[in-house]
Amino acid sequence: MILALLLITLLILASAAVAMVLRNLIHSALLLVLSWCGIAAFYLWAGAEFVAFAQILVYVGAISMVVLFAVLLTRPARDAELSVPAVTVLRVAAGLMAAGMVASILGLAVLTTRFSGAATRAPQLTVKDLGALLAGPHAAALLVTGVILTVALLGAVLIAAPAPAPRPEDHS
Amino acid sequence: MTPAAVPPDRWLELAPLQLRDWVTGFLPASLQWLATGLITIVAILAVFGLLFAYLTLAERKILGRIQNRPGPNRTGWFGLLQPFADGVKALTKEDVVPRQADPVLHYLAPVVLVALSLLGFAVIPFGRHLVAVELDAAVLYFFAAGAATELAIFMAGWASRNKYALLAAMRALAQLISYELPLLLAFVPVVMLAGTLSTTAIVAAQGGWTLGVLPHWFVLTPWGFAGFVIFMIAALAESNRSPFDLPEAESELIAGHLTEYSGFKYALFFMAEYFGMCALCGMAVTLFLGGWQAPCAALECIPSYAWFGAKLLTLLLGFIWIRATLPRLRMDQLTRLAWKFLVPLALINLGTAAFWSLTAGWTGGLQLVRWAVALALVAGPFVLLGRRLSRGVAPRVYRYASS
Repeated sequence: MILALLLITLLILASAAVAMVLRNLIHSALLLVLSWCGIAAFYLWAGAEFVAFAQILVYVGAISMVVLFAVLLTRPARDAELSVPAVTVLRVAAGLMAAGMVASILGLAVLTTRFSGAATRAPQLTVKDLGALLAGPHAAALLVTGVILTVALLGAVLIAAPAPAPRPEDHS
Repeated sequence: MTPAAVPPDRWLELAPLQLRDWVTGFLPASLQWLATGLITIVAILAVFGLLFAYLTLAERKILGRIQNRPGPNRTGWFGLLQPFADGVKALTKEDVVPRQADPVLHYLAPVVLVALSLLGFAVIPFGRHLVAVELDAAVLYFFAAGAATELAIFMAGWASRNKYALLAAMRALAQLISYELPLLLAFVPVVMLAGTLSTTAIVAAQGGWTLGVLPHWFVLTPWGFAGFVIFMIAALAESNRSPFDLPEAESELIAGHLTEYSGFKYALFFMAEYFGMCALCGMAVTLFLGGWQAPCAALECIPSYAWFGAKLLTLLLGFIWIRATLPRLRMDQLTRLAWKFLVPLALINLGTAAFWSLTAGWTGGLQLVRWAVALALVAGPFVLLGRRLSRGVAPRVYRYASS
């Protein structure tokens, strides 16, 4: 079991690291997808079937498409502009700053969370229990998340969509 | 998986399992789990590989007969060896990779596509005791595996370094993403009413008969019928079948994202398409048509996997018939059908299913009210929405053909 965990960790970290090093954006995006698959494999390893399949459905199925479409549609020419420019001091500093901020937020969250007691037995959750929890005690959070995502989507469409030009073949 | 629960007269029901256990019995106990898994995989590959081979032949034969020509009839008796001749031809053809193409992704795309399209077969219950993997979230697993195939199509289109292939891949992705929504929304009522995401439990929930002849399949309820029709339309589009075969419209769009593929890689794309079609039809049988359940109590003596096979073949032949009948849609018609028609109807169907679930306790005369309200909830929006969307467009007058 530990060996499997090590392999999964290696897959996640290696694909993420190679994605950062590569100069071709599409290759990086596809490797990022591989990394997400690795995270799904980790959930499977931990026994959280539902979360693993949801991770595949949402990240590998949907978010990967958003990333790839964004990369392709925001660049006018294909080959020349897909490569990432070389590293500069400014970019290194910006990267380090962003990484430091994310790390400090995550670290604070981990440090301030009070873990209840020692390692007890893992709870046996079925999909049904998860659904009951999401639709019962956590319904408000679920709804708020949904509304925020919808608003973000509508905003993105409004920003991205050009003014429509009427075309005769639209009416058929 | 308890053999004791089956009456002894139905040995055919258990025959595949006994054959498997007989084979694994020759191995030491420590290797038996591995052998069991491998035998299951080989069985699925062999059955659906052969089904793929003969489905292509059946499709060409039936299309031929519908178009008043014989179809392939030179290779073997009635053309029965045609799939193998095609296989040898695809294997011996030159594999051309464009010089500008991304060689790794160009190679990986068909491989990933076939691998992902095979994953779905793992959770479909082919018979009373024939399911490869029993999962608590089996339906979610199935659609997660299906959603990941979009990535392979993108890889194929982008790695070819051909603007037609890339454009076609984008078009294919737009279609797949559009029709994923009605596909997913159509099966949600089944999960609501069955109360589970496990395929075996969904099939078990459709067991039993009224008066011994009327099966309790979900397709025979108002919401189930609407869901089944929406599911099958979306499945047609998800598996790139006519009339939704825009991704590789061989007659006018130079085969879309397959433009730069040749030889066996090209054949792999078609293999993946047929596997995906079989898996989606198998899922439709499982969700709506009662899975392996017999249509009436008297016919239960026929083994369950035969019933599953019969239902699956019926749906697949229906797909072929549709391909021979309907003309191809245009891109704007395709997306409009998904977003303006199928998605609203699928959402309303959720409400119908909720009503059906809440009124499960009604009996006697109230049962009639329940059916009437549910039927109105299904038919009303369909008629109103259809009329509204086709205003000024339908009925079409064929000026050139009529005069």
